[in-house]
Amino acid sequence: MSEGPRQAAISVSGLEKSYGAVRALDGVDLEVAAGTVLGLLGPNGAGKTTIIRILTTLLKPDGGTARVAGLDVVRDAAKLREQIGLAGQYAAVDENLTGLENLTMVGRLYGESRATAKQRGNELLERFELTDAARRAVKTYSGGMRRRLDLAAALVANPPVLFLDEPTTGLDPRSRLELWETIERLVAEGTTVLLTTQNLDEADRLATDIAVIDHGRLLAEGTSDELKDRVGGQRIEITLDDAGRAEAAMRALASISDDAPEVAERLVTVGVLGRGGAIVEAVRALDQEGVPIEDIVLRRPTLDDVFLALTGHAAEVDEDGEGEGEAKP
Amino acid sequence: MRRLVTDTLVIAERNLVRLPRAPELLLAFTVQPIMFVLLFRYVFGGAISTPGFSYVDFLIPGIIVQNIAFGGFVTALGLNEDLHKGLIDRFRSLPMARPAVLAGRTLADVVTNGLSATILIVTGLLIGFVFHTDVLQALAGFGLLLLFGYAFSWVFAFLGMLVSSPEAANSVGFIVVFPLTFISSAFVPVQSMPEPLKAFAEVNPFTIVVDAMRSLWLGVPAGNNVWGAVVWSLAIIAVFSPLAVARYRRSVGQ
Repeated sequence: MSEGPRQAAISVSGLEKSYGAVRALDGVDLEVAAGTVLGLLGPNGAGKTTIIRILTTLLKPDGGTARVAGLDVVRDAAKLREQIGLAGQYAAVDENLTGLENLTMVGRLYGESRATAKQRGNELLERFELTDAARRAVKTYSGGMRRRLDLAAALVANPPVLFLDEPTTGLDPRSRLELWETIERLVAEGTTVLLTTQNLDEADRLATDIAVIDHGRLLAEGTSDELKDRVGGQRIEITLDDAGRAEAAMRALASISDDAPEVAERLVTVGVLGRGGAIVEAVRALDQEGVPIEDIVLRRPTLDDVFLALTGHAAEVDEDGEGEGEAKP
Repeated sequence: MRRLVTDTLVIAERNLVRLPRAPELLLAFTVQPIMFVLLFRYVFGGAISTPGFSYVDFLIPGIIVQNIAFGGFVTALGLNEDLHKGLIDRFRSLPMARPAVLAGRTLADVVTNGLSATILIVTGLLIGFVFHTDVLQALAGFGLLLLFGYAFSWVFAFLGMLVSSPEAANSVGFIVVFPLTFISSAFVPVQSMPEPLKAFAEVNPFTIVVDAMRSLWLGVPAGNNVWGAVVWSLAIIAVFSPLAVARYRRSVGQ
């Protein structure tokens, strides 16, 4: 566990998994530095949940290797289970137990004594603002409360690596925001997180790095900004007063453009890869050339654009779905 | 090994604690068996001839064994539900002993089976059932009942992990338990059945267990039935517990 200043908490290489004829994972490589968040982004059936299942020892890979917290997910599976926490989209808690009973049970299954587990359970309930509901059966909880309890259950043993499988799917915006803040606090305390999501805002907000996967393959990996730059960086969109002046506008913009400006009627689009002040230069150049404009905007690509460019379809579309990613009622 | 014991107890406790909070389960353990006893005693009882015994004496050991088998349903349903709700995923991601989820479940069944059987015995005594043997033999019968119930819980644990949904667990359970219990000596003397059914009934472990119960509670000559029942129970455990645990290790929730 000493591979430089920022050792990898998760490293995956050539991971393969098939279900019958379906190749769920087709050689996936991933690296997650300790204390960072990797957002695994992809449509339903892309293989996100399969990756989580393999990394949490629930499923054996057909090929490739994966190490979490320095432990091999197959050979060291038993030891690894002490180092990880798993919370998922299904809020895996017992509905007929109370919040405290659920957490106490999980703590004891990590090997703690009843008293220690109960004390830890109470701490977590307080931290997740569930103290008032601690002695109520979980079936009376709201969706957001269940997710918080599920996350609390994953944290019982203070695991250094946390896996969150679509943690906010099906939550209302307020509960989603609360859960995001909780996850951010955990990361600030040093937890490494791998989270899967179909929600681009979630990836944008929480993830240090984003890996886009589809059909079991890694399509791209990088920070949110890197990915956005990859699909074309920033673009300036200029609406001219007069479509007849398009040629003059092209001449004026040639010097600041990274690629050939595109013209469609009155709309001129210019790529300005990662350069500040480009919009001012553009206005000045057009003014010097005497080209009047109606409007000018700087447009950054969104993760939506990234997703569309990489996968050929928009995010949050239930395409072929292999039972992954569907929120249960 | 110590982990196996403590983890099993934690899971058993979980299954017992949640029981009173699931009224539909509690009904299955209490009202349903009483209803069956009353129906058989008063609806069919007059029409079935059981030479040497009153029908209620004949019925109680039989229906109590059937009831124990039905108790396994709760295990199959519960495990399948755990699988679908992702709880099995959570358990499997914890550093707990692998067989503990199933061992805890089946252990909790012993308690609920004991409760259910006690309710049936009391109901039986109220409607005229009488033990014809001494206390030790009666207790031995109760013990045999719990052993057989424990064995059957493993069968249902395996079924629960195998089938795709709680509904499927329910129907497979019915398909297994109904013929096995009805084509046995539980409700009518085997001699009254047509030849092919009789042949099946005579080798049916339910017949052997019911006959063993009748010898321990009513003093019917036992033959090899008591030992036969013990051997059957142990054999079922030996076959189905490894099957169920192997299935659990490979299980994947939805």
